[in-house]
Amino acid sequence: MSSSDTKYLREVESSEYEHGFFTDIEADKAPVGLSEEIVRFISKKKEEPEWLLEWRLKAFKRFEALVDEHATPEWAHLTIKEIDFQSICYYSAPIQRPSLDSLDEVDPQIIETFNRLGIPLAEQQRLTGVAVDVIMDSVSVATTFKAELAEKGVIFCSFSDAVRDHPDLVKKYMGSVVPYTDNFYATLNSAVFSDGSFCYIPPGVHCPMELSTYFRINEAGTGQFERTLIIADEGSYVSYLEGCTAPQRDEHQLHAAVVEIIAHKDAEVKYSTIQNWYPGSEEGVGGVYNFVTKRGICSGSGSKISWTQLETGSAITWKYPSVILKGDNSIGEFYSVAFTKGRQQADTGTKMIHIGKNTRSTIISKGISGGRSQNSYRGLVKIQKSATNARNFSQCDSMLLGDRSGAHTFPYLEIQNSTAQVEHEATTSRVGEDQIFYCKQRGISEIDAIKLIVNGFCKEILAQLPMEFAVEAQKLLAIELESSVG
Amino acid sequence: MLEIKNLHVSIEDDGTEILKGVTLTVNAGEVHAIMGPNGSGKSTLASVLAGRDGYVVTEGSVIYKGVDLLDMAPDKRAREGVFLAFQYPVELPGVSMANFLRQAVNSVREHRNQKVLSAMEFLKLMKEKAQLVQLDPSLKQRAVNEGFSGGEKKRNEIFQLAMLEPTLAILDETDSGLDIDALRVVSEGINSLRSSDRAFVIITHYQRLLDYVIPDFVHVLVDGRIVESGGKELALKLEDQGYDWLKPTESDPITA
Ligand SMILES: Nc1ncnc2c1ncn2[C@@H]1O[C@H](COP(=O)(O)OP(=O)(O)O)[C@@H](O)[C@H]1O
Ligand SMILES: [Mg+2]
Repeated sequence: MSSSDTKYLREVESSEYEHGFFTDIEADKAPVGLSEEIVRFISKKKEEPEWLLEWRLKAFKRFEALVDEHATPEWAHLTIKEIDFQSICYYSAPIQRPSLDSLDEVDPQIIETFNRLGIPLAEQQRLTGVAVDVIMDSVSVATTFKAELAEKGVIFCSFSDAVRDHPDLVKKYMGSVVPYTDNFYATLNSAVFSDGSFCYIPPGVHCPMELSTYFRINEAGTGQFERTLIIADEGSYVSYLEGCTAPQRDEHQLHAAVVEIIAHKDAEVKYSTIQNWYPGSEEGVGGVYNFVTKRGICSGSGSKISWTQLETGSAITWKYPSVILKGDNSIGEFYSVAFTKGRQQADTGTKMIHIGKNTRSTIISKGISGGRSQNSYRGLVKIQKSATNARNFSQCDSMLLGDRSGAHTFPYLEIQNSTAQVEHEATTSRVGEDQIFYCKQRGISEIDAIKLIVNGFCKEILAQLPMEFAVEAQKLLAIELESSVG
Repeated sequence: MLEIKNLHVSIEDDGTEILKGVTLTVNAGEVHAIMGPNGSGKSTLASVLAGRDGYVVTEGSVIYKGVDLLDMAPDKRAREGVFLAFQYPVELPGVSMANFLRQAVNSVREHRNQKVLSAMEFLKLMKEKAQLVQLDPSLKQRAVNEGFSGGEKKRNEIFQLAMLEPTLAILDETDSGLDIDALRVVSEGINSLRSSDRAFVIITHYQRLLDYVIPDFVHVLVDGRIVESGGKELALKLEDQGYDWLKPTESDPITA
C-alpha cells in the first residue's frame, strides 16, 4: 500500500469520526462526498494510467470552480431541488451486491409492468437488484455475440477494458466531442465517471448486429456516471441501442452520463435510446434525475449521425443529443418521443451545429404530457458562416392529455450564412374529444382510443427504431398511458 | 328494435332545447328517412343515440333491443350494434385504417362471442368490404380519414359499416358532398347491406339519396319535432314543395 493510500484512509477514518457516524465501509466502496482524494481513489481502484488520472483531476478542479461560482445550470424549464454533491457516493465496485432479498420488496407497480412486458422472472430479479443464483441466458448470448464481432474487428467492451486494452483510441477520442469543460454535469462526469461502453468500428465494416448495452449491463452494472464512446471509422456503419423498456430501479438519484460519437468520412451511426428510469411516485417523491450530455461529430464528409429516443422515465430529464456537422455533406438527425406523467419534468431537445457545406439536419420531436407533468422541447439550430447551402427541417409537436400538464417549445436559431434554408413547424394539440368519440363509436374503449391516437402521433419516430425495439417501445408507451390515464 | 319516446334534449352548455319531444319506432329490417331543414336537430338526434357528450336528455326514453340505450356507454352501444356514419368523419393522424378497424372489429366480435380475426382473415375481410364502396385497397395503410377527399370520407363511413355489421345503422347526411357517381356507389353499398335483421335511419337534407335507397318511412323533423310522417312519396312532395308548408307560420303558431 502506498503512502498516499494510507494517508487517504486515515483521512477517511478521521473524517467519518469527525462527523459522528460510523459505517461499515466495504473495501470496494468510496466514502460519501467529493474531493480530490476521492477522484484519486476511483482512478486507483480502476488501475488507470497516469494520463487519465490527470484528466480526471483537471475536470475536478473545474468542477470545484463551478460550484464556487454557483454555476449549476438554471436555464432549463425545470424545477429542481438543490442537489447536495457531498451526499453522493462516487464509487462502488461494478458488481454490486444484490440489495434486496426477493421481488416482494420491489414496488408492485414495477412488477406489474414487468409482467405485462413479458420479462422473465430471472431478468426481473436482475433488473431490480434481487439476489439471483441462476446463470442467465443472456450471459451465453453475450459470449457468442462477442466472437462474431471480433471476427469483423469490431471492438465492443466496457470503458475500463478499453482504457486497458485500447488506450491509444481512448486517449485520442475521449473528450474530443464533449470536453470536460463542456457543462456542469459533463465536468462532474469527467472527474468521477465509473464505467460505460466503448465501441470502435473499423473502416468499411458494416457492424453485423445491433450493439445493445442490454448485454453489456450484465457484465458490469451501469453506474450513475456512465461514459460511452463510439467511433465509426471511414465508411463503417453501426446501430447502437441503449437502455431497455423494463423500468429500472436505482438507488442513485443523480445520473449524469456522457456519450460521445465520432463518425468519420462516409460513416453512419444510429443511436437509439429507450429511457425508463424510475420516475418517482405519483406525488413526485424519489425518482432519478437524468442529466445527460450526448453529442456526436460528423467529422468526415458524407457522414451521418442519427439520434432516436423514447424518453418515458426519470423524475427530471435534461438532455440534448446533438450533432456537430463538420464534414461537408454530412447529415444529422434527431427523432424524439418524450412522454411525461405524474410530476415528471422533461427538458429535452437537440443542437445541430452546421459547419460544413451542404450539411443537412432533421429534427422531429413529439412530446406527450399527462398528469401534472411539464414537457419542454429546447432546440438550437446553428448555421455557421462556412456552412454554405445548409438545410434544416424542424418539427415539434406536443400533445396534452388532460388539462393540468404543460408543453413548451423553445426553438433557437443562429444563422450566419444567407444560403441557409431553415424550416420550423410546431403544433400543440389535445387528444380531441371528437377523436375519442369517433373511436368509441366504433366499439373501441376510451383507453384503447387514447393509445391508438398517441401511437399515431408518435408513429414516425417509432418507425425510426430498430424493429424489435420499436415493438417494445409501443408496448411501453401503452403501459405508460394506461397508468397515466386509466 | 328502437323505440324513441317523447325525447327532449338540450345543449349541456347553455341549456338550449334542441329536440322537443321526438317519438319514433324503428323495427328490424326497416329503412327510415329523417328529413328536415338545416338546424332542425337531425344531427343532434343521431348524436344522442350514439352517446356523444354535451347533450342532456331532459325528458323521454330510448329503448334499444329491450334495454335503456341512454344508460349505456358509447363504446358499449357500438358493440351492441349501434353504428353512426358521421356527417363530419374525424381524422386520426398516424392511425392506420387497418389498425383502427382491426381493433374496432375485434372488440365488437369479442362482445358478440365471435372468434377474434387473425391478421390474415382481417385483411381479407377488409379487401372484400372495400370493394363494396369501391375504395382502393391501399387504404389500409392510410391514416383514418387523413387526406381523404370529401367523397372518400363518406365512402369510408359506409365501408366501416360493412365491416362492423351493426343492427342499427344511423347515416347522417352521408349523401352530402357526393357527386352523382359517388352517390350511386354509396347507395348500392347501402342497399347491399339491407337485411331483415338490420335497420337503417337515414338522415338527409335532400331526397336524391332516396331515389336509390328506397325508404319504408319518411319523417320530417322541423324545429326539434317530427311534424309529418309518411311513405316514400312524402320525400317527393318535399322535393317539390320544400319545407315551408310544414313550418309554423306567424298566423298559425304552434303553441307550446
Ligand atoms: N354541441 C352543440 N353546441 C351548441 N349548439 C349545438 C350543438 N349541437 C347542435 N347545436 C345546435 O342545435 C341546433 C340543431 O343542430 P343539428 O342537430 O346539427 O341540426 P341539423 O343536423 O338538423 O342541421 C343548431 O341550432 C345547432 O347550432
Ligand atoms: Mg346535421
